[in-house]
Amino acid sequence: MEKTKNKDKKKYRVSEDMSYGSIILMQFRKHKAAQLGMIVLIILYIMVIFAPFFAPHDPQRRLQVPYMPPMGIHFIDTEGNVQRPFVYGVEMETNKETFRREYVIEPENKYPIKFFIRGDSYKLWGIFESDIHLFGVESDEGLFLPFGSDKLGHDIFSQIIFGGRISLTIGLIGVFIITLIGVVVGGISGYVGGATDNAIQRTIEVIRSIPMIPLWMGLAAALPANWPQFKIFLAVVVIISLFGWTTLARVVRGKFISLREEDFIMAAKVSGSNQFQIITRHMIPNFIGYILVNVTITIPTMILGETTLSFLGLGLRSPTISWGVLLRNAQGLQSISLYPWLLIPGAFVILSVISFNIIGDGLRDAFDPYAVTRR
Amino acid sequence: MHIKYTGIYMKEQNMATYIIRRILFAILTLIIISIISFVIIQLPPGDTTSIRLQVLQTSGIQVNQEQIDQIRADFGLNKPLYQQYFFWVGNMFRGDFGESFGYNAQVNQILKERIPYSLLLAFLSIIIVYIISIIGGIISALRQHSAFDYSMSVVSFLGLSIPEFLFALVLMYAFFKLFGISMGGFYSQGMRDAAWSLAKLWDLIKHIWAPVIVLSAVSTAFTIRVLRASMLDELRKPYVQVARSKGIPEAKIIFKYPLRVALNPVISTIGYILPTIISSEMIVAYVMDLPTLGPALLNAALTQDMYLVGAIVMILSAITVFGTLVSDLLLVFTDPRIKY
Repeated sequence: MEKTKNKDKKKYRVSEDMSYGSIILMQFRKHKAAQLGMIVLIILYIMVIFAPFFAPHDPQRRLQVPYMPPMGIHFIDTEGNVQRPFVYGVEMETNKETFRREYVIEPENKYPIKFFIRGDSYKLWGIFESDIHLFGVESDEGLFLPFGSDKLGHDIFSQIIFGGRISLTIGLIGVFIITLIGVVVGGISGYVGGATDNAIQRTIEVIRSIPMIPLWMGLAAALPANWPQFKIFLAVVVIISLFGWTTLARVVRGKFISLREEDFIMAAKVSGSNQFQIITRHMIPNFIGYILVNVTITIPTMILGETTLSFLGLGLRSPTISWGVLLRNAQGLQSISLYPWLLIPGAFVILSVISFNIIGDGLRDAFDPYAVTRR
Repeated sequence: MHIKYTGIYMKEQNMATYIIRRILFAILTLIIISIISFVIIQLPPGDTTSIRLQVLQTSGIQVNQEQIDQIRADFGLNKPLYQQYFFWVGNMFRGDFGESFGYNAQVNQILKERIPYSLLLAFLSIIIVYIISIIGGIISALRQHSAFDYSMSVVSFLGLSIPEFLFALVLMYAFFKLFGISMGGFYSQGMRDAAWSLAKLWDLIKHIWAPVIVLSAVSTAFTIRVLRASMLDELRKPYVQVARSKGIPEAKIIFKYPLRVALNPVISTIGYILPTIISSEMIVAYVMDLPTLGPALLNAALTQDMYLVGAIVMILSAITVFGTLVSDLLLVFTDPRIKY
């Protein structure tokens, strides 16, 4: 026990010649869960950036198979032979007792899953035309729907990948607005002090005492229904980031107040730095870590905000695809008890939110100045 | 003796000024919230009568200019905006929140039916939050790095990462699949309109626990972390060591001193918990089909029934402001170290 601990210490020892950045990086490396979260997010973002390539189908294409359950990938056929992964063909039938559509597997039709297959044509980022998809089955033979299909026969897997484009970027744009407002307002509050500080702090308290979701709903209600989707998207970003900056503003203010009294700030002042230089060269680098942590834990709240608003029908609407819009299909006990796979987009929401939160945790530990000496 | 007396006097005066300041601040908050609510009402293009006129016209009633002017005058819409605001606030004090076009009823009628259920849900959820998080937080802190502590961290991490509506959906699905129970609503079929009786109360209890669990999840996750952290801080302090060395039973040490101190930050979290629960209630009530303020707000928002939207935003904010005020005032009496 003692031995492994020592070994661990050696690996993660801080030496004199290490830079601030490398110490933080080393601390972050210790947090294994955060690394896992990082990998998950990198995969998710790569998938949404190259969405048309990773999605086996065009997400707007209506395949003739409404409410198809997720298809299992098989390796062993009915005769017991192991072969390359394949899916069975399916036949749609109407159950004579319940009058419900049912899908029956046809064991005689097997479609191997192939990589780099030609399918629906697309234009990547509106520039590169192609029809190559990472995986799929030969399009005119069978279908491969890993997560099933929805009411109109859209491939849910493809929709999730395309929906991620909006759900995962809304957080990035929103967090940019929040950080900007938070740092500026918190900075003014802490640096100027006095009556300004007092007024800003009281405003923050007022904002924090308002329940956010009713306020969002009220503001989203005012959006004209005939706005184009892109405008709605921007409006949703603004609504959910409008009041989210208060936490950061408080932290920044606290940092400004404590740093204002430090000797090195006094030294900078005496040696003739102007206020702008003091703030940007000496103060902000001192709490950049807190900002970074705040950024990572604010992104998930934005993702949840968009998902919730769209789920309620107040945010983005179909045909725009986001994870919230997709979950709107899963309303009510009736549809989720019959078609539980409609909940799968929710798993992606949770996965990305947890990843961001864990990374935030890891960064907080890494930036904690006492952590190095404590361990 | 004299100095001591002045000390107590000073403290009481400070306390009084603090309480007055706190109440004044709550009133200021309410004023600002009323302005925000009013702005929300005014936001959609066109004034509120235009929707009403549309409704009238589509139902085949011809409206002439005189009648339009009459309606505008009734709502005070021909006056400048700031006068309209005072008109709206004044009416609110008289218990008149305006008219809902969607429900075709007085807004306060809709509020009257739904507020009690919203309050009941919030109240029960807060109680559950405190029960679970106090027990969980204490055990987590006392058995730090134990399996219980780790599983508690994982659960609270999940609680903070799952959107409420998804949690509600998954819970409904799980209970339907596992036990064949279909959740939703506050009452079984047929019980809803029955007169109050023990059977109806029992029916309510059988239904209400599910939304309460969903609503308390996020806040419990948050509060457990707060209590665990403050309890750990407190347990490390020298006075606990002294108490132990004197041979005071461990249970007494924990419950008599550190717990009481550690609970203070938890009490002050109500300012966070209350808005969170009220917020979640909007969504959970919609998913689980509960007759609270949530679905009414959503409906109103979707149909741009702005007077109802404004009124509900106002009421919900007022509830949280009032709740936070009460908890802050309580803290004055439970935490003698508080600075005014």
